[in-house]
Amino acid sequence: MYADLMRCFNWTECMLIVLCSLLKELKECAGRVFVDSQPEFCLPERELLDLSTVDVILISNYHCMMALPYITEHTGFSGTVYATEPTFQIGRLLMEELVTFMERVPKAQSATCWKNKEIQRMLPGPLKDAVDVWSWKRCYSMQEVNSALSKVQLVGYSQKVELFGAVQVTPLSSGYSLGSSNWIIQSHYEKVSYVSGSSLLTTHPQPMDQSSLKNSDVLILTGLTQIPTANPDGMLGEFCSNLAMTIRAGGNVLVPCYSSGVIYDLLECLYQFMDSANLGTTPFYFISPVANSSLEFSQIFAEWLCQNKQSKVYLPEPPFPHAELIQTNKLKHYPSIHGEFSSEFRQPCVVFTGHPSLRFGDVVHFMELWGKSSLNTIIFTEPDFSYLDALAPYQPLAMKCVYCPIDTRLNFHQVSKLLKEVQPLHVVCPEQYTQPPPAQSHRSDLMLELQPPPMAYRRCSVLGLPFRRRYERIQLQPELAKALVPSEIKPGISVATVSAVLQSKDNKHVLQPVPKPTPVPPSKKRKRLMEEVPELLSPKPLLSGSIPLDAFLASLHKSGITEVKVEETADGHILHLQAEDALIQLEEDATHIVCDNNEPLRTALRDLVLRFLQKL
Amino acid sequence: MPDIKVTPLGAGQDVGRSCILVSVGGKNIMLDCGMHMGYNDDRRFPDFSYITQNGRLTDFLDCVIISHFHLDHCGALPYMSEMVGYDGPIYMTHPTKAICPILLEDFRKITVDKKGETNFFTSQMIKDCMKKVVPLNLHQTVQVDDELEIKAYYAGHVLGAAMVLIKVGSESVVYTGDYNMTPDRHLGAAWIDKCRPDILISESTYATTIRDSKRCRERDFLKKVHETIERGGKVLIPVFALGRAQELCILLETFWERMNLKAPIYFSTGLTEKANHYYKLFITWTNQKIRKTFVQRNMFEFKHIKAFDRSYADNPGPMVVFATPGMLHAGQSLQIFKKWAGNEKNMVIMPGYCVQGTVGHKILNGQKKLEMEGRATLEVKLQVEYMSFSAHADAKGIMQLIRMAEPRNMLLVHGEAKKMEFLKDKIEQEFSISCYMPANGETTTVTTNPSVPVDISLNLLKREMALGGPLPDPKKPRTMHGTLIMKDSSLRLVSPEQALKELGLSEHQLRFTCRVHLQDPHSDSDTLSRIYSHLKSVLKGYAVQHLPDGTVMVESIVLKVSSSGEDPNLKVILLSWSYQDEELGSFLSSLLKKGLPSGL
Repeated sequence: MYADLMRCFNWTECMLIVLCSLLKELKECAGRVFVDSQPEFCLPERELLDLSTVDVILISNYHCMMALPYITEHTGFSGTVYATEPTFQIGRLLMEELVTFMERVPKAQSATCWKNKEIQRMLPGPLKDAVDVWSWKRCYSMQEVNSALSKVQLVGYSQKVELFGAVQVTPLSSGYSLGSSNWIIQSHYEKVSYVSGSSLLTTHPQPMDQSSLKNSDVLILTGLTQIPTANPDGMLGEFCSNLAMTIRAGGNVLVPCYSSGVIYDLLECLYQFMDSANLGTTPFYFISPVANSSLEFSQIFAEWLCQNKQSKVYLPEPPFPHAELIQTNKLKHYPSIHGEFSSEFRQPCVVFTGHPSLRFGDVVHFMELWGKSSLNTIIFTEPDFSYLDALAPYQPLAMKCVYCPIDTRLNFHQVSKLLKEVQPLHVVCPEQYTQPPPAQSHRSDLMLELQPPPMAYRRCSVLGLPFRRRYERIQLQPELAKALVPSEIKPGISVATVSAVLQSKDNKHVLQPVPKPTPVPPSKKRKRLMEEVPELLSPKPLLSGSIPLDAFLASLHKSGITEVKVEETADGHILHLQAEDALIQLEEDATHIVCDNNEPLRTALRDLVLRFLQKL
Repeated sequence: MPDIKVTPLGAGQDVGRSCILVSVGGKNIMLDCGMHMGYNDDRRFPDFSYITQNGRLTDFLDCVIISHFHLDHCGALPYMSEMVGYDGPIYMTHPTKAICPILLEDFRKITVDKKGETNFFTSQMIKDCMKKVVPLNLHQTVQVDDELEIKAYYAGHVLGAAMVLIKVGSESVVYTGDYNMTPDRHLGAAWIDKCRPDILISESTYATTIRDSKRCRERDFLKKVHETIERGGKVLIPVFALGRAQELCILLETFWERMNLKAPIYFSTGLTEKANHYYKLFITWTNQKIRKTFVQRNMFEFKHIKAFDRSYADNPGPMVVFATPGMLHAGQSLQIFKKWAGNEKNMVIMPGYCVQGTVGHKILNGQKKLEMEGRATLEVKLQVEYMSFSAHADAKGIMQLIRMAEPRNMLLVHGEAKKMEFLKDKIEQEFSISCYMPANGETTTVTTNPSVPVDISLNLLKREMALGGPLPDPKKPRTMHGTLIMKDSSLRLVSPEQALKELGLSEHQLRFTCRVHLQDPHSDSDTLSRIYSHLKSVLKGYAVQHLPDGTVMVESIVLKVSSSGEDPNLKVILLSWSYQDEELGSFLSSLLKKGLPSGL
C-alpha cells in the first residue's frame, strides 16, 4: 500500500518530507492501516451557530456531556447548563477518567499529515471516509472540565425551571441511566419534548416518565438503541454463559466497559449468577481511575433509582449488591494496574476496565497480556464501538471474542408504541431512523413509520418547527378585572372592552388600570380651557349591531323629542328632528347624526344611539 | 375575593404537636401531624375533631405533608391515618420516609411496652400508614391533583427536613417546618427562591434569640466536656437518635482524635449504627463538605464512639454518653440521669430545646428536686448545662428567610407566645407586611388578590409592544385597547377588529356631521388656511394636514369651508368624524365655534 501511495506523488523534495512524516504516522496491521497519534475526538458542530448566543444547554445523560468542555470553554459561551445531580457527578467521573487515560500515555504530537485532503483521499477505508478531520480535537484538560462543570446548574426530575420568563424547561426520568432525562420545553401554549436515550426496560434507574410527554406539539426523538436486533436480556444470558465457560476452562474474562451504567447491572447479574454456577470464588476486578468513586456514587442516589432499589435504603441497606461483593472481597477495585493490583491479582478472574474502544486505558495492557492465549475471552458489552474495529490493531489474536452488546435504549417497536401513547402532533428525528439500516434494507421494521411522516434532520441541517404561535399569557390586575363590564353577545359568549396600560418585564406581561389624570388646580383650569386638548390615542371601542327604528323612535320620544319625520330610503331611514333641526340617518350597519351648533343635543343623540349598539 | 385560611391544631403559640390546616383555592392541606412531648393524655395529639366530629378525614383533606422526622412533627401520623382515618396521600422526603417509621416504632414501644398504655397505635398501623406515603424530591413539582401542586426545598434542621411551597392557581403558601439558616457540621443551610407566597408560615422557636457564633458554642461545649472528664466525672448528653447526635458525634470524634483522649464515648441505643447508615446513604442531603469528601472519608464512620450497654452506667471513671430521648422525658436518657444526678462531679448537657412538662425543661429551669413516679424525689446535684445546638433559625435567620421568599403575609407558629409577639412587631416594622400568630384552633384568614390570567393574541401584544417603544415613558403610559372574549372557561384578549371577525359581527359605523358658522371676512381658501394654522398651533402632537383638494384633516377628521349664499363673510365649516374620534371631533367643533383668533 505504501508503494501505491508513492506512485501517486511526483518525487519533489518537499513531498518527500511530507511522505516521510506520513509514513511515521501510519501503521499497518493485518492488512489494515491505522493512524498512530494522540487520540482525537470528533466534536459536535461548532461552526453553524455562534456559541456565545446560546443561553441554555440541557443535558440528557452522562454519556451525552462528554463534549461539554469543547462547547463551554474558549467559545464565548456564557449561558447555563442544566443537568441532574447523578448526570453531573457521573459525567464528571467519566471525563476525569478520560483525562487520566490521556495523561498516562502522553504523546508529543497529533498526527496531521494524513489529514491532508489529497493524501486522505488515497488512504484505505475507514480513514478515507472520515469527515471533518481537521475539526477533531485532542482531549481537554481537567482544568477545562472543572470550568465547564462550574456552569452546570443542578435540577431534579419534574422541577419546573423558568427561563427568562419565556419558557419553562423540565427534566423527566428517561429510564436509561442514573439521572438520565428527557426534557420538556414549554410555554403556556406550545410544548416541545426532547426524548433522548430512553429505556422502558427495568434496570437500575427510575422508570421512564411517559405520561408527562403527552400533548406535545413537537417531539424530538433521538438516542434509540444502536443494536435494534439484539435483545438485552438474551445478551445478558449469553454474557454469563460465556463467562462461566471461560472461567471453568481456566481462562480469564476481559470486559471492556464504561465505568458507570451497564456495569452496575452486570455486577448485579453476576452476583446472583456466580454462586449458582458454582464459581463463587472467582475474583472480579474493576480497574479504573474512578472505579471507587463510581461504585460509591451509585449507592447514594436512592431517589434516582427504581422502586425496588429505592426501598432498600429504607432498611437501611445499600441499593446495589456490589457493596456486598466488595465487603466479601469478591469484587476489588483499583485505580490502575500498577501498585496494589499487580501484587494482589489472581487468575482466573474477570476484569472490568476501559476504555471500550480499546485504544487507551488499562484495557490495552490486558489485551497484550491475555490476547495470545485461546483460553481467555474478551466479551464486548458496550454498543458504542464496532468490536471488529476495536480489535483490529491487536490482530492476530488467539483469545476468544464474544459480542454481547447490551443497549437498553428504545427499539423501533417500543418507540412506535410510545408514540401511539403520547401522540405528539409532529415528530422530529435523525434521518437514519426514517429508513432501514443500509445493511438490512429489507427490514422495514427497523425504521420509524408515522403519520404524518417524521421531519428528518441530518448533521448541520436546520429545521423550522411547525408552530403557529397565536397567544401569550397576560395577567389582568385584580382592580382592572373587577372594573370590566361584560355583556353577552351570543348565548354563552360575553365580551368586555379592556382599556389598560401594558407592563412587560422579563417576558411577563401585566395589564394595569389606566391611571386617572392628576387633576389640574381649578384656578389654572379655567384659564387654560382653550388649550385643554383631548388626550391623543385613546380611541373609542368599535361598535356593532343595528338600531331598530320603532324602539329608537320610542326612546327619542321619551327624551322629549317628539316631532320626528321618518323618511324611508333605499338602505334604511332618515329621521328629521324638526324642532331641533337635526337629522339622523339610520342604516343596517351605519348611523349618521347631522346636528349643527347644538352640542348638548348631539351628545344626547349619541348616547341614545349607543344604547342600542354593542361595544367591542 | 378569595381567602386563604390557616388554622393551627397544634404548634399555635406553642412548641409541640405541630399540625396546621391550610385552606387555599378550595384545597385543604394538613401540614405536619405531630405529638406533644409534654403531655401523656389527649392533649398529646392534635384535636382532629376540629376537622370533623364524626368519621374519617379523607373527604376533608386533599393531602398531608410532613416536614421532617421529629416526633413533634410526625408523631400523630399513624393515629391520624389509621385510628381517626385518612386514606389520601401523605408527602414526605425520602430520608423522612426512611427514618420516620423507626422513630414512631420507638415512641410506640416506650408508650405501650414501658408505660403500659393501651388504645395506642400498633406496629401494623405504622406500616399501613407508611404505605400511604408518597416520597418527595427536592425542587420537584408534585401535582397532587390538577390544581394543587407542591414543591419541597432544603431546610437544614435534620436529615431530610424540607420546607414546602403549596400552590393553587396564583395563590401560594410556604410552610417552613423547622429550619436552619446556618450550615453546621453535617447539614447545609435552608434555601428557598423568591417565590413571593401569599403567606409564609414559619417556625419561631428562637424568635428572640440571636445566637452567638457556632464556633464559640462548639468550643464551649468541648471545654465543658473536657473539664468534666478531667476531673473524673461522667457526661450525659440527651439527644434524639438522629440529627443533633450526629453533629455532636462528629465534633467529639475530631476532638478526641486531636487531643488523643482515652475516656470512652458511648451512644446509647441500638440505633446508632443504623442511624449512621442512613446518613451514609442519604449523603446528598448533608452539607457540601461531607458530600465532597465522602468517597475518600465517610464522616459517619466513627472510631471513638462505641455502642452503650446499660451496665456501663455503673462503671467507674469518666465517660461521655449520648442517650435518647433528648428531653429526658422517658427511656434510657432518663434512667442514666437518675443514676448520675446525685453526683456533683457529673454533668448533663442539654443540647436542644425542652418542651414544658419534661424533666429536661424542669432541670433547665433550675429545679433541684424532682418528683418521680411512686412519690420518690430525686435530688439534682450534677451540673446542668444548656447549649443550643438544635438547628432552628434564630431571629436573624427568620428575617433572612423572609428576605429570600418575599412573602405578602407572615404567620408564626412553633414558638412561645411572648417571644412571637416580639418577633411579630419586628417583622411588621421591618417589612411592612402583616404578621399573624394564631393560637391552636384559631383561624387566620388572609384575603388574596390574585390577578386574572388571560390569553392575549400575539398580534395585539406585539403591536402594543412595538407602539410602546423600547423604553416606554412611565409618566405618560400608553393605553391599549382590546376586547376580552369570554367563552366557557377561556378568556381571550384580542384586538376589537379581530373580535368582530371572530364573532361574525359587522361593524356599525357611527358618524357625526356638524356645521359651524363663523364670521371671517376672507376668501374661503384663506379661511381654510387660517383654520389650518390655528389648529396646527393648538393641536400639538396631532397630525394636522392641509390637503390640496381644499380640506383640512385632523387625524381622520375632515374639515371643509364654504360661504353662505347671502353673506360671503359668514363661513360654514363642515366637520365630519366617526365615533372613534368622538373626543377630538367634539373638541374641534367647540373650538371653532369660539372663532379664530385675531392674531392669525
